[in-house]
Amino acid sequence: MRKALITAAAIGLTTVTAVTATGCGAADMTKQSSPYANAAGTKTVTLSVQSWVGARANAAVATYLLEHELGYRVDTVQVDEVPAWDALSQGRVDAIMEDWGHPDQEKRYVTQKKTVTDGGELGVTGHIGWWVPKYFADAHPDVLDWKNLNKYAAQMRGPESGGKGQLLDGSPSYVTNDKALVKNLKLDYQVVFAGSEAAQITQIQQYAKDKKPFLTYWYEPQWLFNEVPMVEVKLPAYTDACAEKGTADPATIDCAYPTTPLKKFLNTEFTKKGGKAARFLKNFTWTKADQNEVAQMIAEDKLPADKAAERWVHKHPEVWKKWLK
Amino acid sequence: MSTATTAVPPRAVAPPGRLRTALRRPAARKLLLLGIVTAVLAPLAAARWGSGAWPDALTVDLAGPLGRANDWIIDNRDGHWLFLYFFGHISNAIITSVRGVYLVLLALGWAGVTAGASLLAWRLAGVRAAVTALASFAVCGLLGMWVPTMRTLALMIVAVAASVAVGALLGLAGGLSDRMFRAMRPVLDTMQALPAFAYLLPVVLVFGIGVAPAVLATVVYAAPPMARLTAMGLRGTDQGVLEAVDSLGATGRQRLLTARLPLARRELLLGVNQSIMMALSMAVIASVIGADGLGDRVYQALSTVDVGSALAAGIPIVLLAIVLDRTTAGHRSVGSRSAGLGAPPAVAGGGWAPRRTRTLTTWAVAIAAVVALGRAAGAKSWPDHWTVAIATPVNTAKDWMVDHLYSGIPGIGGTADWAAHYTGWVLDPLRDGLQGLPWWGALALVAALAWMIGTWRTALTATLSLAAIGVLGRWNVAMDTLSQVLAAVAVTLVAGFAIAVVAARSPRVDRLLRPVLDVFQTMPQFVYLIPVVALFGIGRAPAAAAAIVYALPAVVRIVSQGLRQADPAALESARSLGATGGQQLRQVQFPLARAELLLAVNQAVVLVLSVVIIGGLVGGGALGYEVVFGLAQGDLATGLMAGTAIACLGLMLDRVTQPTKPKEG
Repeated sequence: MRKALITAAAIGLTTVTAVTATGCGAADMTKQSSPYANAAGTKTVTLSVQSWVGARANAAVATYLLEHELGYRVDTVQVDEVPAWDALSQGRVDAIMEDWGHPDQEKRYVTQKKTVTDGGELGVTGHIGWWVPKYFADAHPDVLDWKNLNKYAAQMRGPESGGKGQLLDGSPSYVTNDKALVKNLKLDYQVVFAGSEAAQITQIQQYAKDKKPFLTYWYEPQWLFNEVPMVEVKLPAYTDACAEKGTADPATIDCAYPTTPLKKFLNTEFTKKGGKAARFLKNFTWTKADQNEVAQMIAEDKLPADKAAERWVHKHPEVWKKWLK
Repeated sequence: MSTATTAVPPRAVAPPGRLRTALRRPAARKLLLLGIVTAVLAPLAAARWGSGAWPDALTVDLAGPLGRANDWIIDNRDGHWLFLYFFGHISNAIITSVRGVYLVLLALGWAGVTAGASLLAWRLAGVRAAVTALASFAVCGLLGMWVPTMRTLALMIVAVAASVAVGALLGLAGGLSDRMFRAMRPVLDTMQALPAFAYLLPVVLVFGIGVAPAVLATVVYAAPPMARLTAMGLRGTDQGVLEAVDSLGATGRQRLLTARLPLARRELLLGVNQSIMMALSMAVIASVIGADGLGDRVYQALSTVDVGSALAAGIPIVLLAIVLDRTTAGHRSVGSRSAGLGAPPAVAGGGWAPRRTRTLTTWAVAIAAVVALGRAAGAKSWPDHWTVAIATPVNTAKDWMVDHLYSGIPGIGGTADWAAHYTGWVLDPLRDGLQGLPWWGALALVAALAWMIGTWRTALTATLSLAAIGVLGRWNVAMDTLSQVLAAVAVTLVAGFAIAVVAARSPRVDRLLRPVLDVFQTMPQFVYLIPVVALFGIGRAPAAAAAIVYALPAVVRIVSQGLRQADPAALESARSLGATGGQQLRQVQFPLARAELLLAVNQAVVLVLSVVIIGGLVGGGALGYEVVFGLAQGDLATGLMAGTAIACLGLMLDRVTQPTKPKEG
């Protein structure tokens, strides 16, 4: 008991010291990095890693090279896309490796507050859309036009779709206009969120096993296409006018998703003080094929991410040597 | 009279012949009064606002103001004085402390930490706890989880120190002042009934994602038990002792330090133990808001359904829980979660005395040796080649299970079929039923239940909480969550009562069960999500399964304790009258254990709700999903409203099932 009290008192004292150490000046919490960063003489880089496998592939290769070629210690933290911007601006993570386009956040943090810096393009182009399985599209080719989707609503019903057709969405954190699209295109569908991408993939695999029809929100590049071939449903064409309308009020969007060149973003402070690591992350750029190669090793061959990165690194020195300059 | 019988819920309808006698009972009088009120108000309300789900006219849309508040905070976080001179310092102090502790842990190295923890466990709780600590830390290292474990530990140490300090101060105030105690008590009661998830959003709103908000959420969650137990310990001091001390002419401070605090030692220790267990539970859940450490590893693995990796991070969490519990609980045998509610566990009063005689020098030498050992071992982190990768074999095993158990086992179906049946045959009808219930009917039902079991105060709180959910516009979603809770509670109670009856009758079963319950009661909620995803896939069924497993130990423990306490004389006389085992149970043991049974229901409801909510991470949908969504999209308005609705739902469920007598008796 007494010992416990002494211990508690000691910890309390440390806390009090810590409080006094911060002094009575201003303490800007947007400049406080993670307590685990740069501990015990190591140089650390914190990467935000998202749940989809492509993002994991980026992070795995960057981690491997930073640790083995540049001598850093890399921490990865799972933060969802939008909070990741906030964390990035506060310096709690140093870099986002793959951003799918968040104009609001870009305006706020890059243009206005200047706490985040554009890190250049990743080299991979992303595309979001609606997809049906190939076996279903082969049997019913007209499903590939959105105008005919209502015809198939009855076949696409799910347990959570309330009598309408089910449009399967994945993680709540992904960029999506699906609710607005369903409403504005007057589709007899209900958007059903699986809760996570993993849940969505599990669901798709189960449907594919039973050769059941389904309509899902999905994106490219994605390794699942190799396992479950899917065909994209054509939505009304993406136009600048529609995009402008959508920026003004997201609820009015009635056209397809754009094709997005994926971008990297770095914390501004980190670009100045991050030295080699910051330069490396800025230079990091690869192709869809490279990314898919690593993603496939992680997702399908079930290799641990670091092993997958190691294999890719040994195979493609010509790609990554350029990043170290 | 007839109005009463039509408007009140069907279960309360009494056959006309028995009505007169029934009316003499207070419960019936309450129902009659409530029935009349409902009969008068319901048609009015229904005519005015319609009779389906909660009417739109009565909702307040907070999304706009909350969203603007969120934007304002983000825009002003680096400029406004409130953040620069107040929140900024809090955040900075937390980060500095966590960093300090983390650096100390790293400096000790793996050998130092392991040896130090074992030594501490040995001093506080004996040889067995020391061996447990040693083995547990070794396993954490072997699993390749050393660094995450140290991060969680660093965060925990700071959070627990703050919780204990804050809790003890509040408890001191409550213990010494009656008015303070009366003001604190309902607040603490309420906080204990709220699911952990509801605490996350407000701190994120102010502090953003990261370690500082995680520690704060943990402190808010873990301080109440310390405060409550401290206050109770101080208030429970024997009056005779106090008078004796007074007569010796002690000053107020002397009285506190020499009589009241030492006499409350048992409660204080229990408070520390409970704070630690709650803090661990929360520190893990807080990975959702960037707490890093072990919880983050589980979270990352769950989002890719990588059960193997989730398990590799989950095992250290469980081990940490066991080590912390065993070390701080000393020789206490009653588990942590329900202990504060049942009879106070017996702590051997003299157990500490002989150990105290060891001198400080022994300690100093031991600590120096440990540090030297850590230094000599060189490696600060666990050596890489001493790790065992369990993720791949576990995933292989899981795939095998999915292939073989998932579906198509002849006769009983597979786990996927059970999940589908549970969803389709139990959850869906229940949800549709609840959502189809007219809103005034739901309010009346809740009021009736709460009033019958508790007092008019609890009934009022429960009804108002439910109404608040409607006002927030979360009625249908909340009914979805409620349906999941009710179904899971039903299963928990049936299973729990069955096990408890067996355990109460056979001492051998009880002996076998006890250690299992002990272990299960110390585990953080988050850990239960891992195996259920492997077994039941994604959706509402796995969330329910996790909730049931989580709540079961508390129910079994409370019920079996209640049954065993039944007066042996009463049982004997029942037996002599020729009552069968079943009759004894129904007519003697259950009625005598009424208070415990109600407490079990209350605990089941509170515990199930807390897990059903984090089930939003594995596809449980409803309110839990909205919180996850709010966090994921940075749409804190949605998240906060869902979080408030969760808090209201928790309050409502707690009050509906709260027995008249206060829990601590």
